[in-house]
Amino acid sequence: MARPVPEINAGSTADIAFLLLIFFLVTTTMDTDSGIVRKLPPPVENNDEQADVKERNVLKILVNSHNMLLVDGKPGNIDNLKDKTKDFMAVHHNNDDYPEVKEVEVEELGGRKIWVSKGIVSLKNDRGTSYDMYIQVQNELARAFNEMKDEMSVNIYNAKYNQLIKKDEIKVINKLVPVRVSEAEPEDIGGGN
Amino acid sequence: MSRFKTKKGKGSPAINTSSLPDIIFMLLFFFMVTTTMREVTVMVSQNMPQASEIQKLEKKSLVSYIYVGAPKDKNLGTNERIQLNDVLANIDEIPEFIAHEREARDEADRKLLTTSLKVDGETKMGVVSDIKQQLRKSGALKINYSTKKKRVIADNR
Repeated sequence: MARPVPEINAGSTADIAFLLLIFFLVTTTMDTDSGIVRKLPPPVENNDEQADVKERNVLKILVNSHNMLLVDGKPGNIDNLKDKTKDFMAVHHNNDDYPEVKEVEVEELGGRKIWVSKGIVSLKNDRGTSYDMYIQVQNELARAFNEMKDEMSVNIYNAKYNQLIKKDEIKVINKLVPVRVSEAEPEDIGGGN
Repeated sequence: MSRFKTKKGKGSPAINTSSLPDIIFMLLFFFMVTTTMREVTVMVSQNMPQASEIQKLEKKSLVSYIYVGAPKDKNLGTNERIQLNDVLANIDEIPEFIAHEREARDEADRKLLTTSLKVDGETKMGVVSDIKQQLRKSGALKINYSTKKKRVIADNR
């Protein structure tokens, strides 16, 4: 006959679990890292090579050390930077104030031709610009491009960009609306006194 | 006599606590799953700027962090410093750091390595540009400007 096994006192299991719980609460963090993703240009081999870009195709954005904006030679404002960028990058036929346009044939859409702008956004900042301002400018530019992607996507697929599931659909949109933000190497352009 | 008997034996019955460990274990598992281990102690101030167009970094194991900001320890001055791993470093130590981070990953994953710049909002762009130049030199081209989430007033999006 088997001896009856005495029952183990489980009253302290809760305490042990509490101890573990508190340990994990202290040593771990919950923050998920998020931010604006950018790709840096590869290092240039020789500096003599200059990319040939027409003046009218470039939207120049300058940020000085007092965090003030100069958009296309005129003092700008962070609040309308997104709209200005969108307006600049939109397709304007036969208008010298806006960048050139070209027709792109998209194979994935059965050779359908779509007009796109050749515009480039050039961002230049001073060494004294605050990082906060820089991020705000980057954010506004990202917003402009995201909205343009959305519009293009609605035009072609009747769905917003982030609702696209197929890889090649996303590829087509990215090809038609490339995020063309060029960053010049910073220099001391000084502050506007 | 029965009058006195009621005095004894009254009082609330003990609550059954046998399921308490289960509840606590459930909480424990929740926290174990949703959180990540803290790897470094951040020694610089980190008041991240806000942005709305942010993306989540997908694979945490493929991210290396560079912290920039004024040191929390006031004895170290108020100038922005760069923190790599657990030490305050100089700008020219970044290529070495990146090489080291690459070594630690699988060969297949090395191309996907993202550098997350955790920079304090007050920092001047000079330091950030220098870091970017160093990253370009060492071929770590995928970067992420770490920011806090900002709610924007929905404008017909």
